[in-house]
Amino acid sequence: MSFLELQQLKKVFPDGTEAVKGIDLHAEAGEFVVLLGPSGCGKTTTLRMIAGLEMPTSGRIAIAGRNVTMLRPSERDVGFVFQFYALYPHLSVAQNIGFPLEAAGVRRAERDERVRAVARSMGLLPLLECYPRQLSGGDQQRVSLARAVVRHPAIFLMDEPLGTLDADQRLEMREFIRGRQQEMKVTTIYVTHDQEEAMSLADRIVVMQGGTICQAGPAAEVYDDPASLFVANFVGSPGMNFIPGHVRAHGGRCVFMPDRAQTPIPLKASIAPGPATLGIRPEFLHASPQGPISGTVVMNEYQGSFRSIHIDAGFTGTIAMRAGESSRLQPGQKIRLDLDAAHARFFDTQSGRRIGHAI
Amino acid sequence: MRFGRAEVLHRVSLDVNADELVVVLGPTGAGKTTLLRTIAGLQTPHEGRVLLGGADVTGSSPAARDVAIVFQDFSLYPNWTVRANLEFPLRAPGHALRLAEINNRVEWAAGILKITHLLDRKSQKLSGGEMQRVAIGRAIVRRPRVFLMDEPLTNLDAKLREALRLELVCLRRELKTPMLFVTHDQVEALSMGDRVVVLSEGRILQTGTPEDIYRRPASPVVARQIGQPAINLLNVRREDGRWKTSGGVAVAEARESHPAEKAIIGVRPEDVACTGGEHPAAVRVVEAIGPAKVLLADWAGCEIHVLAPATMAVQPGDRIFPRANPDRIVVWNCE
Repeated sequence: MSFLELQQLKKVFPDGTEAVKGIDLHAEAGEFVVLLGPSGCGKTTTLRMIAGLEMPTSGRIAIAGRNVTMLRPSERDVGFVFQFYALYPHLSVAQNIGFPLEAAGVRRAERDERVRAVARSMGLLPLLECYPRQLSGGDQQRVSLARAVVRHPAIFLMDEPLGTLDADQRLEMREFIRGRQQEMKVTTIYVTHDQEEAMSLADRIVVMQGGTICQAGPAAEVYDDPASLFVANFVGSPGMNFIPGHVRAHGGRCVFMPDRAQTPIPLKASIAPGPATLGIRPEFLHASPQGPISGTVVMNEYQGSFRSIHIDAGFTGTIAMRAGESSRLQPGQKIRLDLDAAHARFFDTQSGRRIGHAI
Repeated sequence: MRFGRAEVLHRVSLDVNADELVVVLGPTGAGKTTLLRTIAGLQTPHEGRVLLGGADVTGSSPAARDVAIVFQDFSLYPNWTVRANLEFPLRAPGHALRLAEINNRVEWAAGILKITHLLDRKSQKLSGGEMQRVAIGRAIVRRPRVFLMDEPLTNLDAKLREALRLELVCLRRELKTPMLFVTHDQVEALSMGDRVVVLSEGRILQTGTPEDIYRRPASPVVARQIGQPAINLLNVRREDGRWKTSGGVAVAEARESHPAEKAIIGVRPEDVACTGGEHPAAVRVVEAIGPAKVLLADWAGCEIHVLAPATMAVQPGDRIFPRANPDRIVVWNCE
């Protein structure tokens, strides 16, 4: 029995919007699970249902074996961290952190001790007497986190907590959150639209789209073995490249014939002949004078330690290739590409589903 | 540029050349938006001038300056259609355009930004990405002399940001109009800028190409602003002709050109090899980020980030022998 269980959870809003379409999800004790997806995919609604801020239309939520589906948030023992800190401006940092304890009737002496202990572990001791308006965004979010931590809840629920922070603060806070979570071993459900954040924080990533779960698994699995075109494109920056075409049998072997291209790509695996979309990540493409894919360089994007070369190869959208930081390919240059076939993934062009995937 | 009692911009001087995309990079509060608003004419500087095309426009109204701004929060008229939003700047006083020409411009802008199918939709019914495209369209219909962009991609989902980044650069190149693009996101600065201006607390810390700023940052502060994961900064002292950390790790040879006894060394995670060094480091955290792995390791008391290949088998608790590439380190004097 998992620590958190969602069974056939559904949410239909009064205006008819099906925000969450009957999902099954579980999280083990101490696990860091990230709900990842674009705006409107249902991840925040799912989180709010776990918190009790939203009532499900149908389905069941259990925490530590207890059916909490109809319980109020205060009866569920969850700690919620919002995107916009939600600190009380008229209370000091110490009072903000202590607020949930005060609301729960904890006596002053014990409250002060617990507040100081949490503040110390989060590097907030020097700020205890400050007011939220005196703090940077990063520090405010730290206080928000401390407030969720102080009660030692059974589950942390975090809704895009780093969204309002500057890019460099976000990286720092990410490491901080992961460090604390690993120390405290509290089951955490974390919502984000940023796949890089998901990859770096999660024990397991749950990719959502249109109110359903597309795939759930460890970061490496979701990255290397995406279940669909959507997951393959959404995870990774830039996402996986897609080349539509056909798989053909060619003298005992399989080849992939891209649409609008002359040269077939020999395959190692055996895939049933028919229409398919070949997916290949930017780091598995390289320039090669004999390569099967030809095109024109559109952009050479410098990224410090590497470059993203964007190429128009006659398919919808551009192909992105990861190159070394010394690459001097210029827009307008003609180029031929080859790929590392072992990392090619095939998808049904119609349904988007991965061909030959276990799920 | 003073704002009340606080000096928001301190004698900032910067040039944008005719066919250039200049990115102003800095954290929130650095003065980037104030800078942009001053150039646009939405704020008057207390000192200094704004010159556009050689002419002093410091006293001119925003309309007279012929600059177009795109804001972070799109700022569209929600009850109007996309077409009406795009037409609006062309109907403003001072822009006497015939109806036919207005239509042409609107269709042209919509085509470039792939929003032709949205022309008759009310802007409040658009997604974030679509709204931002309309905001950009509204800026380009005027064919201004300069584009000013204030963190236009910040409010968009990560995936959309990636896509629009590319489109914006291609668009600017096609229009050949100079652009000043303000952001706190170093990925945008590195990939979009012909030149980058690093701004902090109202002062310019460094100006240069993205490669200049990345490879030869002027100070540890600049170095930390750019590059992900962030650059490793190590406090070292000179010992036996080498720079050593307080934990006794020899990081690099100390060259004669650095007479000081103490220094700060910057070395990027991708420039630290996992083998070849003399002193072991204990791996604490392994982060899989797709094409690579980021290791957080304890190197005799110093915490460092190392970029390792995705195929490397490594776990927390393993030992590595880090070696900083001597051609890639940057050495600064201590303040």
